[in-house]
Amino acid sequence: MDKAAIIGLGMTKIEANKVRDTFADMAWEAVNKALSDAGMTIDDIDNVITTSNDFWDGRTISCMAVGDASGAKHKNVSCCEGDGTFGAFYGLTRVLSGSYGTTLVTAHSKGSESVSSLITNASFDPIYDRGLGMDMISSAAMQANAYMHRTKTTSEQMALVSVKNHGNALRNPNAQLPMKITVNDVLQSEMIADPLHKLDCSPVSDGCCAIIIANESRATKYAQKPVWIKGVSFCSDSFFLGDRDLSRVPALTAAAKKVYGMAGITRPEKEINLAEVYDAFSYQELMWLEALGIAVDGKAGKELEAGKYNIEGTFPVNPSGGLLSGHPVIAAGLIRMAEAVKQIRGDAGDYQVDGVKLALAQGVNGLCGQSHCVWVLGKDK
Amino acid sequence: MGKRRVAIVGTGQTFHKSHRPDVNGQELINEAVQRALLDAGMKIQDIDAIVIGNMDHFEGINYVDCWSVDGSGGVMKPIIKLTTGGTTGCTLGIGGYHIVASGLFDKVLVIGWEKNSESDTTGAITTAFDPVWDRLVFAGAISGLAAEAQSYMAKYGATDNDGARVSVRDRKHACNNPHAQLRKEVTIEEVLASPMLADPIHLLDVCPRTDGACAVIMACEGLAEKITPIPDWIWGTSNRHTYTYLNDAKFGELDSMAEASRELFSKAGIKEPRNEINVIELYQPYSFAGIIWIEDMGIIPRGKGAEYIWSGATDMGGELPINPSGGVIACNPIGATGLIRCAEVALQIMGKAEARQVPDVKMGVSTGFGGCFWTDMILHGKDKPAF
Amino acid sequence: MNNIFDNVEPMVHESRISVPYHWWAGETASRFFISLRDEQKILGTKCAQCGKTFVPPRKTCPTCFTLNEEWKEISPQGTLVTYTVVRRHLASLPKKPPIIYGLIHLEGSDTSLLHIISEAKPEEVKIGMKLQAKFASERKGTIFDIEYFRPVK
Repeated sequence: MDKAAIIGLGMTKIEANKVRDTFADMAWEAVNKALSDAGMTIDDIDNVITTSNDFWDGRTISCMAVGDASGAKHKNVSCCEGDGTFGAFYGLTRVLSGSYGTTLVTAHSKGSESVSSLITNASFDPIYDRGLGMDMISSAAMQANAYMHRTKTTSEQMALVSVKNHGNALRNPNAQLPMKITVNDVLQSEMIADPLHKLDCSPVSDGCCAIIIANESRATKYAQKPVWIKGVSFCSDSFFLGDRDLSRVPALTAAAKKVYGMAGITRPEKEINLAEVYDAFSYQELMWLEALGIAVDGKAGKELEAGKYNIEGTFPVNPSGGLLSGHPVIAAGLIRMAEAVKQIRGDAGDYQVDGVKLALAQGVNGLCGQSHCVWVLGKDK
Repeated sequence: MGKRRVAIVGTGQTFHKSHRPDVNGQELINEAVQRALLDAGMKIQDIDAIVIGNMDHFEGINYVDCWSVDGSGGVMKPIIKLTTGGTTGCTLGIGGYHIVASGLFDKVLVIGWEKNSESDTTGAITTAFDPVWDRLVFAGAISGLAAEAQSYMAKYGATDNDGARVSVRDRKHACNNPHAQLRKEVTIEEVLASPMLADPIHLLDVCPRTDGACAVIMACEGLAEKITPIPDWIWGTSNRHTYTYLNDAKFGELDSMAEASRELFSKAGIKEPRNEINVIELYQPYSFAGIIWIEDMGIIPRGKGAEYIWSGATDMGGELPINPSGGVIACNPIGATGLIRCAEVALQIMGKAEARQVPDVKMGVSTGFGGCFWTDMILHGKDKPAF
Repeated sequence: MNNIFDNVEPMVHESRISVPYHWWAGETASRFFISLRDEQKILGTKCAQCGKTFVPPRKTCPTCFTLNEEWKEISPQGTLVTYTVVRRHLASLPKKPPIIYGLIHLEGSDTSLLHIISEAKPEEVKIGMKLQAKFASERKGTIFDIEYFRPVK
């Protein structure tokens, strides 16, 4: 893979309801922050990829809302529908293809503007499944049960993910839900769908993130030290929940394997320093870590209890607070990438982890983690 | 334009129809994919990644890339969705190009599809427009197009008679295309006698609603030549999505087409498109666009479009055939439509266009259009592009 | 510049999108639902190449990419693979909670069917338990022709 880097990032604060901001306002804020961070003007941007979802935005051709605000009016522009990590992948290919030197990638959504249960229910097959009335939460609950059954992971271990991530968010000024809570607080919170309590679930938030990707020669021309893209890949599992073994994540393992190969990594849990993963639900952080080969299969809960994934542990996971602390769908994966970039640069302020040279970021599309996109970013070329 | 050459090595389409009750969406997709694989002599296992798109609100399914994996071949493969409204099909072709050109994947399957029969098209399209400023006054895609036609007619003296000549051309061309939905000729009189939808656009001036899917396989240089004897080389891509609010559009000229074509042709060193391009598959959702947009593309000077059409230059056998497939007026499965334009030019370059083959095609252009006056374009060539 | 908005109340414009749908089930799904409605039989399709049997039935095998021409009758009995008990009234629910959803691996199929479990208290539901389809008395050719799955006594 030719060399390319992330040279700018910007994001809005993640909030429950940005009532003062339209999609365009959020994009304007994130894009300007990214340009300012990179020391670039909009004229330095060669092309734009926006990421959005028509259902969440309540408009078909949802990309139309943010094109102008992303500086795309007289540029080549396209739109990916899915998590921001996928949009960033496409943005990267536009640079690696040789067509453009820099790509601005944005991703946004405003969960406050719709009923999330109905939006995610619309992901179900209309002929066989949708009428049953499931949504993102009830299906995730089924997956959590399957995972707990296979691995004997406990509710307490899942709750600990929530405790850790909300706690990490106390140090992140962009996070929506910084909270000092205990395992007991999680277990006492409202049971939404067994085994998921309210505090096992991420909120549905408003937010927008923008990053700037550059090819090797442009990467060193601006204000920031480049953060190099060492590997990226993605993979989807089957669609029908009944076609899958919900307790496992073969698509994530397959994507990660490709990425590690691209990055020359043979022992991810030793060679990577930190991960920002897609913890839409507490149990998912544990499942994803096992599928990524960072945790021993079935043992992520125990490893968490031993402190491995704490911010001061040997392999910090979601030092930003993760999705549990703020979840603007679509933007969420791009924010994981931005957070990984901050850590590598040494820009993560109060939640900075020392000595980060390689970081992993992951995004998800679809129910119960059907499709995953994995990135490894590095300090050195 | 790029460092790694990319070519189309196979295409497949369904036989597009107004309604396909015999299949659901992913089964429809599968038909096109199987045909593309057959055309390229490949198996689904040979595909490295999939790019897919449609307009969600036409099918009412969220995360459609995830939903359709059974039909697209996406199980345990990388799959990504791109969508940009009406231009989606062309956007997908552009996406496939960059993904292969990047070197990250060698053989990519690109799929565009729509099952328009399943939804209220106007209801869905209306949601494209800003809910606070535009949506309440917007009357579906056609009102914007009628405004465009009226503006042009007022400036250059064209009439609905000129638009009808374009319809006649495309409907005649469609008779050569077994995949097209509408395969019956129409006369100028019939077009002008058909019900007026939004002055000056008659029913027979506009595209139908169609269920259909199209799949295109792209491969990198080195592999493409092994897969097929005459690959269709992608020389360049460009687009402009210039419009956000109704008031921003410049009615009577398609400035997104003008900007995108200038960029595409100058990057490729094309100075006289009228002489250097041999075939155009224009995403032309209504007849008048066939007059206005070829001026914006720089084929013919401003105001001369109607004369050029009447001369027969754009008919089969003319100097620059447009829409040998019959185009969008004969068939419009929206998410597929732009990709069908791309596939049809590929068939022309590869010499596989059968009854609709234009002789000696060396360069071709396929475009995508969106009801918000957006334009996407791809330049295709029989020879490999220089770098 | 930001100050000019300070005393401006943010307005919220409420709306509903109205895009009516009907979805073609296609011949494969139609056959499945007609069988539920008219014969109270659950059908699946089998791939001749890999031998996998799919419920809901698939027209083509997702991995082999060949047409599944063999139809099989699937047992209405199966094992519970996983489940959840929804307690909060999520907007997508068809009726008031608690509702128990589960994936049931029916005998004869290689995939599991998503459905609702009833005639069981939440505490009684266990992964691995045996369940049986209960067909609705009035059937219209939808997934609710199976009213729900209940424990095998």
